[in-house]
Amino acid sequence: MLELNYDGIVIGAGPAGIAAAIRAKELGLKVVLIENRDLLGGIPLQCVHPGFGLHYFREDLTGTEFIYRLFDKMDKVGVEYLLKSHVHSIEFIAHNEKIVNVITPKGVLSLKAKTLIYTAGARERHMFEINIAGDRPAGIYTAGEAQILMDMYGIIPGKEIVIVGSGDIGLIMARRFALEGAKVKAVIELMYYPGGLIRNVVQCLQDYNIPLYLSHAVTRVVGKKRVEKVVVAKVDEKLRPIKETEFEIPCDTVVLAAGLIPNLDMLEKIGLLADPYTRGPIVNEFLETNIPGVFVAGNALVINDLVDYVVEQGELAAEGARYFLENDGIPTMDWKPVVKGRNIRFVVPHYVSGRRDVTFYARVQYPEKNVIVTIPEVGWRMKMFNVRPAEMVRVKLSKRLLDGASSAEKISIEVAPSE
Amino acid sequence: MEKEPDVGWGCSKANTAIIHPGHEEEPDVHPLRARLCKEGNTLWRQWARELDIPVKWPGELMVFFDGEEKTAKKYIKLAKLNKIPGVRVVYRDELLQMDSSIGPSALGAIYAPTAGMISPFEAVIAVVENAVDNGVRLLTEANVREVKVVDKRVRGVETTRGFIEADIIINAAGLYSDKVSRMAGVNSGFTVRPRRGEYFLFDENVKVKPKKILHTTPTPITKGVYAITTVHGNLMIGPTAEDLPIDAKDESSTSEKGLEYLWKESEKLLKELPPRTKVIRTFAGLRPEPPEGHWRIEAHDDPWGFVNAAGIRSPGFASAPAIAYYVLNLIKDKYSVNLAKKKRWNPYRSDIVRVKGRPLQEVDELIRKNPEYGEIVCCCKTVSKAEVVKAIERMKKIGVKTVTIDGIKFRTRAGLGMCQGSFCRWRVALLISQYVGVSLHEVVVKNDTYGIGEVKVLLNQ
Repeated sequence: MLELNYDGIVIGAGPAGIAAAIRAKELGLKVVLIENRDLLGGIPLQCVHPGFGLHYFREDLTGTEFIYRLFDKMDKVGVEYLLKSHVHSIEFIAHNEKIVNVITPKGVLSLKAKTLIYTAGARERHMFEINIAGDRPAGIYTAGEAQILMDMYGIIPGKEIVIVGSGDIGLIMARRFALEGAKVKAVIELMYYPGGLIRNVVQCLQDYNIPLYLSHAVTRVVGKKRVEKVVVAKVDEKLRPIKETEFEIPCDTVVLAAGLIPNLDMLEKIGLLADPYTRGPIVNEFLETNIPGVFVAGNALVINDLVDYVVEQGELAAEGARYFLENDGIPTMDWKPVVKGRNIRFVVPHYVSGRRDVTFYARVQYPEKNVIVTIPEVGWRMKMFNVRPAEMVRVKLSKRLLDGASSAEKISIEVAPSE
Repeated sequence: MEKEPDVGWGCSKANTAIIHPGHEEEPDVHPLRARLCKEGNTLWRQWARELDIPVKWPGELMVFFDGEEKTAKKYIKLAKLNKIPGVRVVYRDELLQMDSSIGPSALGAIYAPTAGMISPFEAVIAVVENAVDNGVRLLTEANVREVKVVDKRVRGVETTRGFIEADIIINAAGLYSDKVSRMAGVNSGFTVRPRRGEYFLFDENVKVKPKKILHTTPTPITKGVYAITTVHGNLMIGPTAEDLPIDAKDESSTSEKGLEYLWKESEKLLKELPPRTKVIRTFAGLRPEPPEGHWRIEAHDDPWGFVNAAGIRSPGFASAPAIAYYVLNLIKDKYSVNLAKKKRWNPYRSDIVRVKGRPLQEVDELIRKNPEYGEIVCCCKTVSKAEVVKAIERMKKIGVKTVTIDGIKFRTRAGLGMCQGSFCRWRVALLISQYVGVSLHEVVVKNDTYGIGEVKVLLNQ
């Protein structure tokens, strides 16, 4: 088994991993990017719709265009990468020493590094996780799988579609099927509000007359050989299906877009601690986890709305890795916990030092109109007409602003009704 | 012959996967079940070794709670009658040490050390591969339409793959064995009723992992629920037992009610349950239930040559090898067939060489010989391209006509993990497309195609 040494190993070559590898290389780190598939790019490769890069490149790009821009950058700085390389296991030896065992077509590699940047993305929830009972016939796909089939391999799964979940992925796939002449019978959403961006509800459903059922759940799939129909019911305030309201929608295809879960299995085996609300790791402002020298970015950290945020996190993780290397570990600091206040479901990062600029990514618990998002300790406020769980609240605080809170024990973020 | 595209897709695929010891069978009511279960338990040990089938022998604990001890002890009596070794009662202190995952309200258990667990679908595949290797011809997608009888003798079967001539026909059609039996004109009153059993399967990565095969004591109302760690390391809970109408032979749907029942029962049996979010699959299987639970294993005179191995309900899987020998002897005696052992009989078959569970040094050596072992297709179960390609080759070798994604799943375990195939199903489909020479959309999943055509097919219509 071949053994190699690095400053940093980046696991997963989606946008977060590529951005992290580029930044690490720019900062002078000896870094390698590891990818399981036979090509770089991750999920944006299969995203032929626009909406990518408005913040990062200040242009409206498709996912594919966005990721090719990153490839160009990558070529310029010359990032070392490995394709068809599967991370078999990670060993934690010491705070500044980890071993990543990688299975590749050239043999098993044992890569040693002081830091890891973990950017392995998320996985999609499947039908067994969202309490769908009934049959298990052909014709059930996750949204990502359907997207790969249509936009990377050019085949269409079915012609009468029901989509479970109204997050952006569900909405975009609804439009995608409609554009190819499939009949999208319904999008079923468990919550009383849509899970995706308003622009997607308008552009993907309303423009194509696709019905959206809010506060509804698919309770059963029916079909022997292939899906024949789904049983749908209204749900009560505890999200339990109401039997009397059940109705059927005939269809041949069910597309599950019922949410993403950060893919952390490999790190949990070496003791990673997760936030039950993000289901991603608990991190400090460098995106370092409870395991020293292990940084997480992108959808493995928190499910993001925008690829721009993912890239930003990848770059931040690389900067964190450099800081770690310079100091043989992140220096001891008086970390302040970031506390969730009223109508905040989660906020990342979980700890801040107050000694540098920091970007918070938060989601609200429920939609609310005319509110003020505040961070009282620094006197920061932002008036918003609308906050929705589908839209991340991203707050950038400068070191200068944080200096004002140097004596505060914590930093809290909350949503208050506007008077 | 098999009506499905692959072997083992009927009752064999979705059951509790236990090789029962034989102490749950009443010898005066079901003498054949009692005898063949015990013999089968012994034979599976040999078969699993010779055919390289995943199996383990942890023993089982029938756990009793307040008021159930007397019922549970009945099985000690049965164990004596059936001469099952080692069955005894264990009380709470010993029990909780034997398996610390048991709930604290348990009072004791009936311990049966000879109980084992197997991978049922892999067992069927292994047996068939070995059978084909020894000269058996497999016909898949061959649905029997008619049993041809001339002059009170069977002559063959008419199937969806043509007429197959035969002078002896063995009916092992499980849920449909009543139908096939009727086609031959025997046991006209004989029916097989589907009994549905639902299950929960959890991810490998959970804390609760029973060491022994655990199950609750059967009561007049419930049949007992099992909690086991499968041979692949997953916690599995089930089954329910629900009698369905006779014609509901493909009604393997799950229900909220059934799953809720399982959850409640296992909360009692186990100290703690993993969170519901760790469930990776719920499924249901159908067991063939004959009248009064009696197996029908007979070699008939009228028509001569028709042998029933019908209505094989539990402990059918455990008994299967013994049933086979029993049927063989029936044929020998009844039809005076002179059976001689093949000169070149090969009792061995080896499993696909897998990456998962192998030391990395060995994986490295595998890759040096075949770089496709270094390409991981299913990340959850660490399944390599080499394994998928070998599974395709093996399916072709036994005569499978349609290579399905499910066939690959059962042979390689690709798609059986936490993501349930959302990352690997299309990759497996691409490999099938490439190695079998069909378009991606034509690749078969279950009994239908993966896609309906090229992406513009609906617009071009």
